[in-house]
Amino acid sequence: MAQIICKNLSLGYDSNVIVKNLNFTVNSGDYLCIVGENGSGKSTLMRTLLSLQKSLFGELEFSDGLKPNEIGYLPQQTFVQRDFPASVFEIVLSGLCSKKGFKPFYSKEDKALALKNMKKMEIENLKNRCYRELSGGQQQRVLLARALCATSKALLLDEPVSGLDPMLTNQMYELIYNLNKKEKITIIMISHDIESALKYSTHILHIGKEIFFGTKQEYLNSNIVDGFLSNSKGGAQ
Amino acid sequence: MNELIYTLTTYSFVRYALIVGVLIALCSSLLGVTLVLKRFSFIGDGLSHVAFGAMAVATVIGIADNMLFTMPVTIICAVLLLRTGQNTKIKGDAAVAMISVGSLALGYLLMNIFSTSSNLSGDVCSTLFGSTSILTLSVFEVWLCVALSIVVVVLFILFYNKIFAVTFDENFAKATGVHSEFYNLLIAVVIAVIIVLAMNLVGSLLISALVIFPALSAMRVFKSFKSVTICSACFSVVCALLGIIISVLFGTPVGSTIVAVDIVAFFLFWLIGIFAGGKAK
Repeated sequence: MAQIICKNLSLGYDSNVIVKNLNFTVNSGDYLCIVGENGSGKSTLMRTLLSLQKSLFGELEFSDGLKPNEIGYLPQQTFVQRDFPASVFEIVLSGLCSKKGFKPFYSKEDKALALKNMKKMEIENLKNRCYRELSGGQQQRVLLARALCATSKALLLDEPVSGLDPMLTNQMYELIYNLNKKEKITIIMISHDIESALKYSTHILHIGKEIFFGTKQEYLNSNIVDGFLSNSKGGAQ
Repeated sequence: MNELIYTLTTYSFVRYALIVGVLIALCSSLLGVTLVLKRFSFIGDGLSHVAFGAMAVATVIGIADNMLFTMPVTIICAVLLLRTGQNTKIKGDAAVAMISVGSLALGYLLMNIFSTSSNLSGDVCSTLFGSTSILTLSVFEVWLCVALSIVVVVLFILFYNKIFAVTFDENFAKATGVHSEFYNLLIAVVIAVIIVLAMNLVGSLLISALVIFPALSAMRVFKSFKSVTICSACFSVVCALLGIIISVLFGTPVGSTIVAVDIVAFFLFWLIGIFAGGKAK
């Protein structure tokens, strides 16, 4: 069943159109990677999916029981968070905030759910640690546990491995892959890392001069991927 | 000590000053943590200047109770400043600087032209540095202050978790359906209320100290949001108490004495932070 349907979506700021005629659907249980060069509109698309920004034109539909505010979100780290005095548990709990509505305090069930999600991320031993003293990989797990508190349906990850070393990068990818396989959580990931994107994802959305949407196999057979792969390899050298 | 007890039992204005001082210190420190972390500290500073301008206008028009005029004006400015922070045409900090310096200048100008008082510079000085106004509070002002403080504390406790979520990661909160604009608005309004209240205690130039010092000191030592909040509240209350008592005993100006105590305590906490951090490693 389709959870997110985009029809002829145009994105941008004011009169400045960045992406035109975007068409794609995300089904429940998919693992979609959004790839493309810098400035191609990946972040704008992400902000639109999260209802932080309105689209200029076209339709964005949520269905199959997914409401616009039920997408969990793993942001790139912001400046504020780096020196924020907060314990890991406080941060994970804050993922439940919107579900509480006007109730001011968290219940025992809420706390149990937060702990459960921390176990999934293997960070329950960090419960009372200060967030800013954790390593980059641990911080990402904390934020992922928070995102899991906000949703059990779909996760949007914005370059989850940026700044992590190769070993932690692989662990992070495995963690996300397991969430997708075992918990049946839809994954939408913005990524620079095209090789890992091809390894784990089921679908690819390529934004740029040409827009491509399809399954991984279709993407590998298309000629867009050749140009992009050689470009990224050329850039690395 | 005897002298202190004598002063407390004899003069009701000293008791009022202590009650109001402690309450204001408590309120301002609660939101201080959020303000510092959201990089909003400058808004507090700007608003205090706005409050000064509004007070000057109120004095010129001849409104009997200044607070009734200063409060709404400051709240409106707080809301406007928050809006400009989100709009990118004039950057937030530039807008704050503009409004705050403007109202400071206009306030002084108005007081100068229309002043009926014989001691103008004394009036201005006491509004800016709060030298005597806390010792001349009327009973009505004390009750108003108590009521508003209770409202602020209750609001803070009720919205504590929401405020945390919005402060820590506004985008995440917004994306998962927390009405972050509403909470930003709430924070701005509460700050405005606190600043107008605090003007009586330390004067408009020194208000930022009440907001910033407790939060920054607590952040040196404690590591979770809850402990930082509680610590900064205690820090602020103790410093305000000490400051008021010292100023009553030695005849120093109340506002600057409190801030001086704050500064000393900040360095203490800073040292503790260094030593505790060294041990942890």
